[in-house]
Amino acid sequence: MMELMTAPASPVPSSPPRLARTVAITSGKGGVGKTFFSANLAAALTRQGLKVLVLDADLGLANLDVVLNLYPKITLHDVFTGKAELEEAILPAPGGFSVLLAGSGLVEYSRLTPEVRDQLSRIFEAVKPRFDVILIDTGAGISDVVLYAVSMAHEVIVVATPEPTSMTDAYATIKVLAAQQSRENLHLVVNQVSRAGDGRAICNQLQQVVERFVQNPNGTVPKLYFLGEIAQDQSVRDAVQRRQLLMELHPGSAAAQGVVQVATRLQARG
Amino acid sequence: MAGATPTGATGATDAVGLRLDAALSLLMQAGWTVPDGVAPGSNPWLQSLIDGLCELSSRDALTGLNNRRQFESAIAREVDRVARIGEPALLLLADIDHFKKVNDTHGHAAGDVVIQSVAACLQDCVRPMDLVARVGGEEFAIILPNCPPAFGQTVAERIRQKVAARAVAIIGGQQLNVTVSIGGAFAPPWVRSSAALWSERADQQLYRAKSEGRNRTCLDMPPLTVVSAEEKGMLFAGLTQSDPTEPSGSGDLMPKTTE
Repeated sequence: MMELMTAPASPVPSSPPRLARTVAITSGKGGVGKTFFSANLAAALTRQGLKVLVLDADLGLANLDVVLNLYPKITLHDVFTGKAELEEAILPAPGGFSVLLAGSGLVEYSRLTPEVRDQLSRIFEAVKPRFDVILIDTGAGISDVVLYAVSMAHEVIVVATPEPTSMTDAYATIKVLAAQQSRENLHLVVNQVSRAGDGRAICNQLQQVVERFVQNPNGTVPKLYFLGEIAQDQSVRDAVQRRQLLMELHPGSAAAQGVVQVATRLQARG
Repeated sequence: MAGATPTGATGATDAVGLRLDAALSLLMQAGWTVPDGVAPGSNPWLQSLIDGLCELSSRDALTGLNNRRQFESAIAREVDRVARIGEPALLLLADIDHFKKVNDTHGHAAGDVVIQSVAACLQDCVRPMDLVARVGGEEFAIILPNCPPAFGQTVAERIRQKVAARAVAIIGGQQLNVTVSIGGAFAPPWVRSSAALWSERADQQLYRAKSEGRNRTCLDMPPLTVVSAEEKGMLFAGLTQSDPTEPSGSGDLMPKTTE
């Protein structure tokens, strides 16, 4: 925190700053545990030695603060309105990573105006050199803010559950990302899996439909990479209810192991 | 009227000293009557008077529809609900075509009758949960909660056709046929947008309907409707054996495949 706040131009120019790997996390449908996943993935990546920031781009209905039980006085909203400096809004989260929270005062930013676009992009460029990985937790749905937030990232993780409505929305998201952003590679995580192996089956199924119906403007077909599945178990409900990170509360649970596997596979694909 | 003045009431008159003449004359004009067995000047009487004023302030005087004030509070509530529940909601804006011509040709009294007739027609077309409001001179708004995008066009078209099919009897025994242009937009589910932005999108569609020749409906469709039935069928093929721990009935959501 403090190092970030005092970052004067270094007198001796060292090697150019390495920019963070940027990963957007999106889902189409709300209520699939996207924010819960984002926070725990950040914790898992942190345990694997990376410096991680979660950028809460769910400007419409932010709830990363609820998941992490953090109620900061300064949020992105204050940065947007010029009431605070960016550095003041970057906060340490329980899992050892940093967060930049949207805050619920961002109501008026739930649609994309040129101003919001500029603000988001300015903030994003400013934080890139300071972290190894930046996870962008987007809002639900396929609104223009969500699409813009996703467009800032190099990589995308689509979170789905085995529920038909979630699969449909995940598929719709993939389709829109192919059409509008020419995404050739997408990561898939299946959350709330009650039978081991369902996650990969869902990924295969999605891939088949994508191959049949989806094409990027340049003619290529997007490829889905299965990052892993997260079991629907009691430990998750417990962590959610206690507003704690699963990775801290029940690190040995099947669900937490699922998150670790996703983190490992994500790193391997870096 | 005299019996209703609080100063004329005896006993525990909570309303003593309040100037209620203006409120009472407004209410009387709107057909308000003192409920049976309620003593003028008592607290129940005052409550009934306040309720009457609230009702009066939420209605449009000409049509009896919800007025603009009521519409604005309803749309703000709906934006909030859509953000929390993720249910699709549709906002339609309907504007009477060439209304100025009606006024200029047949007079303002005829114009009023046309507005009343269209208002009644709109109210007849919708479900009890929908809210119809008169938001401007010849402009109406309809909020349709829980309206799936697939039905939006059908609903808007039905309203347009009903209005076009209904002849309005104006003074002098003449019959007029009027049409409406309708613009609509869905509230983005799971997103706490603002009423102003939602209305703006519907208004842009209304403008489109007008400029494309009037007597038509234009809707701003959400991008989620891009998944066809064929795609869904393939998506769930082979996954129809849903998990046994899931509540029964969830399998019904998955279309049966014919392959």
